[in-house]
Amino acid sequence: MLRNGHNGHGNGHGGHRELPQLVIDDEANGLFRVHRSAFTDPEILDLERERIFDRCWIYVGHASEVPKPGDFVTRRVAGRPVIFTHGHDHKLHVLLNACTHRGAIVCRERNGNTKGFQCYYHGWTFSPEGELRGIPGEDAYEGTAFDKHERRLPEPPRVESYRDFVFACFDPHVESLRDYLADAAQYIDYVADQTEAGMEIVAGQQEYSMRANYKLLVENSIDGYHARTTHQRYFEYIAERGELDLQAMAEMMKVKGGRGLGGGKSLGNGHAVIGGGATSPWGRPIARWVPAFGEERKALLAAKIEKLEKRFGKEKAHMMTQSSRNLHIFPNLIINDIMAITVRTFYPVAPDYIEINAWALAPKDERPEDRALRLDNFLTFLGPGGFATPDDVEALEACQRGFKTIKESPWSDISRGMKRTPPQGDDELQMRAFWRQWWRLMNSPERISVSALPAGVGA
Amino acid sequence: MTSIAENKQALRLDVEEFLFQEAEVLAEWRLEEWLELFTDTGSYYVPPTDIQEADHRDTLFIIADDKERLKSRVKQLLGRFVHAEYPHSRTRRLITNVRVRKVEGDTVWVTANFVVYRIRLELNDAYVGRYEYRLKRVGDTFKIDERRAILDLEALRPHGKVSFIL
Repeated sequence: MLRNGHNGHGNGHGGHRELPQLVIDDEANGLFRVHRSAFTDPEILDLERERIFDRCWIYVGHASEVPKPGDFVTRRVAGRPVIFTHGHDHKLHVLLNACTHRGAIVCRERNGNTKGFQCYYHGWTFSPEGELRGIPGEDAYEGTAFDKHERRLPEPPRVESYRDFVFACFDPHVESLRDYLADAAQYIDYVADQTEAGMEIVAGQQEYSMRANYKLLVENSIDGYHARTTHQRYFEYIAERGELDLQAMAEMMKVKGGRGLGGGKSLGNGHAVIGGGATSPWGRPIARWVPAFGEERKALLAAKIEKLEKRFGKEKAHMMTQSSRNLHIFPNLIINDIMAITVRTFYPVAPDYIEINAWALAPKDERPEDRALRLDNFLTFLGPGGFATPDDVEALEACQRGFKTIKESPWSDISRGMKRTPPQGDDELQMRAFWRQWWRLMNSPERISVSALPAGVGA
Repeated sequence: MTSIAENKQALRLDVEEFLFQEAEVLAEWRLEEWLELFTDTGSYYVPPTDIQEADHRDTLFIIADDKERLKSRVKQLLGRFVHAEYPHSRTRRLITNVRVRKVEGDTVWVTANFVVYRIRLELNDAYVGRYEYRLKRVGDTFKIDERRAILDLEALRPHGKVSFIL
């Protein structure tokens, strides 16, 4: 697409190249369209890396993954290899995992606990805080301007956390994480406040991929419209098991006037949520009892609700215990608080290929039998072997294959419910919130505070 | 009179035959028949790619099916709404290094290596790993009491999913 744009071949980084019209946001006629080259063009992905992934707050990990000094996990964040560590200074660090000497990956293990990292190539060693500690034959630098401190492992310019969710930003001028999260913060609170003991990532990482553009997964993760068709088999299964509240289900699935999980909501800065407080048709390990949870748990969950009502009031306790929601933090973090809690992040390797990592989040003080029930609930729907996720993968890969017709069929339609208030659970308002922010950032060659961008209006 | 070694070899041959038959049943999508190979409390596990030896009660797996969920998985796979497997993929299992690890009464612990190819939509994904079976002797054949497919893949990439029976 860019190739056919005004400037011919892209003129490199950050230039004032004008993008062709990729998003049509026609309020008057209630039409919202996205040009499919946004999903297929490698030059657009290059620009996304620069204007989106390198200027927004990107999720790194959860503090519970590195509970003790010396703990570390390695992963990729915004395409970079990093070591997420708990330093002996009791701070969490995000170290760029490349030796400052000649560039080799310093830590090649998945996780562990260590006093320091040694790059095996020439033997340089670094502390869990990233300081350069040891250089074999250090006397060779005597009499030079070589500065050991300056050669520490770099960290992204900004690292901040909210309620144990740790983010990094590669733009030093970004607003604080709290400001960036805008109204999404309270939805993180719903999850983080479940227990005073704190939440933790459960062992076992779901590491998978899709042969599809990452924005298809953003859309899918906050899409209430596809549930009744794509995930029919899941609902049949839990209905058979007596795990489904048929009345709540009927309400959710109603084609006309149905609430779905509850309507979508734009939360500012491109973040959005779907799920407005409707009682979930399925059981929720926090405190939404269904017969399959067993009589023994009924009183326990009732007590939990009462405790949360005391702490937070009836309304918030209802949101936390009875209703479900899918939360998208722009651009690539999903926190789904549904039949279990999943934290999911992803990054585009190519326009048509993404890597996805997903985890289960749970209260630290959960009884072992409740943890087992939670994981069972999780696996029924979620993950690459669950009764739902594989069909999502299939759908998104089918979209990507369909985009080969781009020349004749260039536009995707995201207009659903654009003239309807309040929005219904199967409307596409939350996706429009994502696309509007995407389009604003893609058209902003100069770095400006994400929050300072003109606010999106409309449904 | 047969020697211990001959008995051991005979058992391994019986086990191999059982596993090869199972592989054929799965490749031909005869899943009702496959379900019949399990005991009433039979289970099927696929542990996560980052922790191969784990307990599904405290670790997030890819698949952890008790008999009830396994029955449903089969029913769904034979229906029309498992979109990831409709139309069905072609699968082919290469099973080698079959070893009888332990025998206690009528229970036999078996390990075997596998490569399972899944071919669909002109893509060919190879799933590499090891099976761990707990089998129960029933007459001259076996029933599966536990079946664990432990992947050696470091991630489900580019595979993306385990939508069929591994």
